[in-house]
Amino acid sequence: MSIDITESRPLGKAVKRKEDPRFIRGQGRYLDDIVLPGMLYMALLRSPYAHARIKQIRTQGALQVPGVKAVITGEDLAAMNLAWMPTMAGDRQMVLATGKVLFQYQEVAAVVAESREAAEDGAAAIEVDYEPLPVVVGPFFALTDKAPVLREDRESKNNHIFHWEVGDKEATQAQLNTSPVRVTEHIRMPRVHPAPIEPCGCIADFQRSTGKLTWYVTSQAPHAHRTVLSMVSGLPEHMIHVISPDVGGGFGNKVPVYPGYVCAVVMSLKLGKPIKWIETRTENITTTNFARDYHMSAEIGATEDGRVMALKVTTIADHGAFDAAADPSKFPAGLFSIVTGSYQFPVAFAEVDGVYTNKAPGGIAYRCSFRVTEASFLIERVMNTLALKLNMDPAELRRRNFVPPEAFPYLSPLGWTYDSGNYDKTLTRALEMIDYQGLRESQRKRRDRGELVGIGISTFTEIVGAGPSHTFDIMGIKMFDSCEIRVHPTGKVIARLGTRHQGQGHETTFAQLIAEELGLSAADVLIEEGDTDTAPYGLGTYASRSTPTAGGAAALAARRIRSKARQIAAHLLEVSPDDVEWDGTGFVAAGASSRRVNMSDVALAAYTNLPQGMEPGLEATYYYDPPNLTFPNGAYIAVVSIDRGTGQVRVERFVAVDDCGTVINPMVVEGQVHGGLTEGFGIAFMQEIAFDEEGNNLSPNFMEYLVPTAVETPKWETDRTVTPSPHHPIGAKGVGESPNVGSPAAFVNAVVDALSPYGITNVEIPLFPWKIWEILKEKGLAM
Amino acid sequence: MVRVTINKEPREALVEPRTLLAYFIRDALGLTGTHVGCDTTSCGACTVLLDGVPVKSCTILAIAVQGHEIETVEGLEQEGVLHPLQQAFWDNHGLQCGFCTPGMLMTSKALLQSSPGELNEADVRRAISGNLCRCTGYVNIVKAVLAARERLREAQEEVRTS
Repeated sequence: MSIDITESRPLGKAVKRKEDPRFIRGQGRYLDDIVLPGMLYMALLRSPYAHARIKQIRTQGALQVPGVKAVITGEDLAAMNLAWMPTMAGDRQMVLATGKVLFQYQEVAAVVAESREAAEDGAAAIEVDYEPLPVVVGPFFALTDKAPVLREDRESKNNHIFHWEVGDKEATQAQLNTSPVRVTEHIRMPRVHPAPIEPCGCIADFQRSTGKLTWYVTSQAPHAHRTVLSMVSGLPEHMIHVISPDVGGGFGNKVPVYPGYVCAVVMSLKLGKPIKWIETRTENITTTNFARDYHMSAEIGATEDGRVMALKVTTIADHGAFDAAADPSKFPAGLFSIVTGSYQFPVAFAEVDGVYTNKAPGGIAYRCSFRVTEASFLIERVMNTLALKLNMDPAELRRRNFVPPEAFPYLSPLGWTYDSGNYDKTLTRALEMIDYQGLRESQRKRRDRGELVGIGISTFTEIVGAGPSHTFDIMGIKMFDSCEIRVHPTGKVIARLGTRHQGQGHETTFAQLIAEELGLSAADVLIEEGDTDTAPYGLGTYASRSTPTAGGAAALAARRIRSKARQIAAHLLEVSPDDVEWDGTGFVAAGASSRRVNMSDVALAAYTNLPQGMEPGLEATYYYDPPNLTFPNGAYIAVVSIDRGTGQVRVERFVAVDDCGTVINPMVVEGQVHGGLTEGFGIAFMQEIAFDEEGNNLSPNFMEYLVPTAVETPKWETDRTVTPSPHHPIGAKGVGESPNVGSPAAFVNAVVDALSPYGITNVEIPLFPWKIWEILKEKGLAM
Repeated sequence: MVRVTINKEPREALVEPRTLLAYFIRDALGLTGTHVGCDTTSCGACTVLLDGVPVKSCTILAIAVQGHEIETVEGLEQEGVLHPLQQAFWDNHGLQCGFCTPGMLMTSKALLQSSPGELNEADVRRAISGNLCRCTGYVNIVKAVLAARERLREAQEEVRTS
């Protein structure tokens, strides 16, 4: 149960969230809640075709609609050299289409009007003549000679974006060739979307009198957005003030800069008025960054007693019409090389080829640290196939191959140094919670009665917290993060960070962390994020990086303050600083514990009664460049049964044991795990952005693109083990994404387990009931 | 001119005939606690009570509620005291980003009002199935609604015995 917010030593306790009082009253301040004087609204006209030449655009009709103030097209932007913008992946993307459109719903024109409705009417009154072109939907077809070249603006006259590989190809193949047991599996992770309930949007407010642009935007990375906007628009960076207000969920969707943002800024510069643009849900799902769309093949070589010897992975990645993947610059396939997972592969090799198609650009790190979900899903699925081939219990196979606790720091064959973990302990806890032996016995009995019952295990390892700046940057900017702490004379604190929460609870958890370091309560510490004029520079909140990076900065900034506070305390206690001890909530004179001052005594002295020659004030800023990433892990077990009449899968139980190192707030961690599991459940069972052969998006809204409701979402059972990160200042590893990364494989492994007596080793997600029912029918199991 | 009673207060505003109730509440009346999250009546972030019944305000024209009673999240707190549902959502970590919360609270309020008998977990899950949440996984929302029901019951018991 939760504790009172005024308690001291709050680290590790279930402090009730400080942000909730405004949210439960409906007084959050989200983007669309902001109304500025004289504000105009913008709507975008979008392409009905997936691939077409634009012959003519007639905008006169829009300008005749009452209330419409301005229209811009790609040609207008081209005159300003803004028709294209750079993407994070080093490609470029059309802001408004010039020449041709490359995906359905692509942005073609922008209309500004006095109301939302008039802007929509204006967009509808624009006439565009298109000449449809042959469409490339499938990524494998895109690579053939028969496919038209989509990106005529590029030098390379093909649809291949990049080839990326890692590991020892020859040694891996040699090892596979001599392995007594070999399994291969083809695994597709379909295109999905983060779909936060609040869509993306912005208000661009350019004031001609000051030359300053205030840009309110649904942003997970406000500072990065400021820098990118400055680079794209040519506005000086100090004249751009980015404010990311309360954000209604992000999950990676609110990391990139989108064409609508650029159009709103252009319109504000043009008209000198505030311009608001908010996506509809359809625009959100069809155009802003999707995730996954990885077509993977993996082969494992193993010994007959189940020791893995080699892993080879080949992947085709569908990035859509522009390579707008949100990955660190040096990593076109993100951190996919975590694909060896929790297992000691002596050798491994992975390669990824990126491909253009006539689909919306992406892909995003959707609730995962850059392609980690794809990697974890693949290895956990193929380990399952290996267990089937060896006729070995999947828990036992995993145990035989885990990186053992004594092997850390562990250098993986694909180049990562895992910081810490105790995989066996985590799995053991999950097996205990679910009574694994009893469960297997019950499964045997139920199978004898004709029931289709399956148990699926996933023991994943994540890689989060980008990152060490020698390896990680985004468009050249190093991926450190920051915290500035100011202690006021009365001992109360404001802290600002370069991250931006979207529901993760930073206003509470970072307050707990700083309060713990300074001997205060969480109530004493106000956390502020999302305002680039006040917060120190940071790279933002995604990839589970906030606690690993900004959390490290917060702890070390607080320790800087404590170090100065010790000098002041010595002065107040009239002893040498060496004779001052920190007892967790204050300073005491060594050997005389009755002589004591706390942080508020010190804070007052910092402004009123300083030691001679000391600089006044009590503030610190820390830019934390982590020495390594962190490697959270987990053991998840799903139990499912399949209805032989309908193919419907019921998740009977789901146990999740996570190890995210030191826990700041167990209530918040549990909440994050619940949410991530639910998103993983959606991915496994009901989500795919599908296209027809003409490139029409078949899942453009919440009627077709399903989000789990309370009815079908399982009741989650959670616990944790704690293996602190040895290099993080408080030992924390990050947790927000683990459940989304680790759970899909557990669900699928469970369904495959239910069907494996009938020769099934793989079922492609999403596991729609009709798909399962077709298998049942083919195997004569349907009732 | 559309006239309604909203959170027990008579309000009116001149809006275009096509204005949706959600935007009437948000833009014309300035009550921004009611959110809009989709365009297909799927997400439930815009749920308000219309004469005590939960409706998705993005799918009703403002003109259609002429003279009716509307209740939004802003009407839950009474004289500085949180509604038991608000308190329970806070106590049980029933929200994260907060965007779906107002709709979730209004649907839950209608459930508690319309179900005087026993409520179990499945009842709550069914009742809130028109309200999507991407953050919480629903477990703590269900817990919060049942906790609020318990709290309301205790309050009634106190009234009865005093």
